[in-house]
Amino acid sequence: MQIPVEGFMYPNEVELQWSILIVLYPFITGLVAGAFILASLERVFRVQAVKPTYRLALLTALAFLLVAPLPLQLHLGHPERSLEMYLTPHRSSAMAMFGFVYLWYLMGVLLLEIWLDYRREIVEFSQTASGWKRRIYRVLTLGSSNVSARSLRIDERLGYFITLVGIPSAFLLHGYVGFIFGSIKANPWWSSPLMPIVFVFSAMVSGISAVMLLYMLSTRLRGQQIDMRCLDTIARYLLYTFIIDFSLEMLDLLQRIYEADESFRSLDFMVHTRLWTSQVIIQILLGTVTPIVLLGVTQVLKFPDIARKRIYGLAGYLTMIGIFAMRWNVVIGGQLFSKSFLGYTTYKMAFATREGLLTAIALLILPFIILWVLVKLLPPWPESASLPSSGAAPAHGTS
Amino acid sequence: MDITRRRLLVLLPAAAVAWKYVLAGTPEASPNYQMTEHWWGMLIDIPKCIGCGSCARACAEENDVPEGYYRTWIERYHVEDWKIERPEVESPDGGKQGFPPHADDGGKNFFVPKLCNHCAESPCTQVCPVGATFVTPDGVVLVDKSYCLGCRYCVQACPYGCRFINPKTNTAEKCSLCYHRITKGLTTACCEVCPTGARQLADLKNPKDPIHEFLKTHTVQVLKPHMATGAKVFYNGMDGSVR
Repeated sequence: MQIPVEGFMYPNEVELQWSILIVLYPFITGLVAGAFILASLERVFRVQAVKPTYRLALLTALAFLLVAPLPLQLHLGHPERSLEMYLTPHRSSAMAMFGFVYLWYLMGVLLLEIWLDYRREIVEFSQTASGWKRRIYRVLTLGSSNVSARSLRIDERLGYFITLVGIPSAFLLHGYVGFIFGSIKANPWWSSPLMPIVFVFSAMVSGISAVMLLYMLSTRLRGQQIDMRCLDTIARYLLYTFIIDFSLEMLDLLQRIYEADESFRSLDFMVHTRLWTSQVIIQILLGTVTPIVLLGVTQVLKFPDIARKRIYGLAGYLTMIGIFAMRWNVVIGGQLFSKSFLGYTTYKMAFATREGLLTAIALLILPFIILWVLVKLLPPWPESASLPSSGAAPAHGTS
Repeated sequence: MDITRRRLLVLLPAAAVAWKYVLAGTPEASPNYQMTEHWWGMLIDIPKCIGCGSCARACAEENDVPEGYYRTWIERYHVEDWKIERPEVESPDGGKQGFPPHADDGGKNFFVPKLCNHCAESPCTQVCPVGATFVTPDGVVLVDKSYCLGCRYCVQACPYGCRFINPKTNTAEKCSLCYHRITKGLTTACCEVCPTGARQLADLKNPKDPIHEFLKTHTVQVLKPHMATGAKVFYNGMDGSVR
């Protein structure tokens, strides 16, 4: 397959090494970190208004975290050797260490927190359910059916502690993904100390937005009323995080423009040609400025509930598109120009191949299937059928 | 001996690591070669290169390099007058078949052979998640293809575009400085065939190697010195437009 090249590329650079699957990897990991941060708002920072989304956020984080390594695995030339990263890790490699950060986050934070939070229900279900469900719940109790008041108090305290540890862990998880790119000095498009921080904030934006959309969608599917106090609070946090994220990205951009180092002319040309649609139009205008304006308007003007719901929904969808475009522009954009700064190559996305579009779509659908299973097993919904529109949510641990 | 669950959890990973070690086997021996007595690099004398492409062809044949990928290649630079920042560069098929004549429209033309710089502080080695790529005690950056995951992180990390993924093995590949030859007292395939002596293998630890005299008496440079990779391919007569 002939790949169109403009100018001069080093001969081995013409073919892109990291495909759409590697675009998915930071996108999915970001959703995990962001969803967890949203959950921690309720648990640690006592933002009671977002309580209806607490458990949904945790399950969303888990569903996406389980899928996060799959794009990497599928992309490897030798997937059967991937365990070597754990058995014989090369300690100076950012990628090798990510394996441990991932494992810590999955086993040490997320699974533990979800288990502690659901333990009482799991024990109850293991006694009341029947058939194969009963067997699953019995396994999930991990052999402990003690739900005495003292034991639940310990769960609560331990859960709080884990969330406390989980916040820096979530930052670490996605900050580390940023570091994997930001630490490549050979690539000026990636090499930036701001990269991990930008990744953390964009992760929060995408995770908060995803949970907001999932909450709206699931509430609608269940025929319930959306708790507007909760939705308004999430939207407000989304706006704040988005403003920080956008400011950081613009700071990075301004620095690059003003410094105008040896790579600038080449990268600037790339942004104005190959990345114009995906970066300027989709990521910045459609996926960042528009949702910020939409969310900002709801803070200034008064809208009825139905209008706010629609605005939040639209802003949420645009945000997801914008963050995906951001990941695309980082990963694909970083490979379109030559390290000689004299030419550009083209990304030809395959369709039904191991690293093709079809696989990417399947990998994006998979977390939702996992989430559906998780929600069936561990219902995250508040017990009260209809929530008061502005009433305080029940205290944690009593649902 | 009673094996408890806890003990088993410790023993299993240890046994897995030990088994990997057994499977790895022992490396091929070169009995008369002492790794610690050498520190390999290469000298490229740009004014001597005629762009014939013999080196790239010899390399491809010697190392079974797949079509369309290059362990070494030659670039032709055309620099017009003062436009040092915007040179015209080309490397059709890595320069393997030589170059068509360039229209004489002023400016200067010259050839720059490229290969892995066998950096002492190589970024590709740093990022490899399993240590499949490594620097040997004699200063050559190699890839263990029986261990490489094919994650391509090293390809991204190389500032010089020297690495690629071999479609036959699905592992990272690059110039090995013909390690199989130099450890037997031979020179590299590219140096062997170069008709003008533009490429010379250099042993920087050997005080009798002519490289030392050459470095003393010539102005040499490495590619992208600001990358601080400890590159060991030295270029004589390199124009500022080369990148």
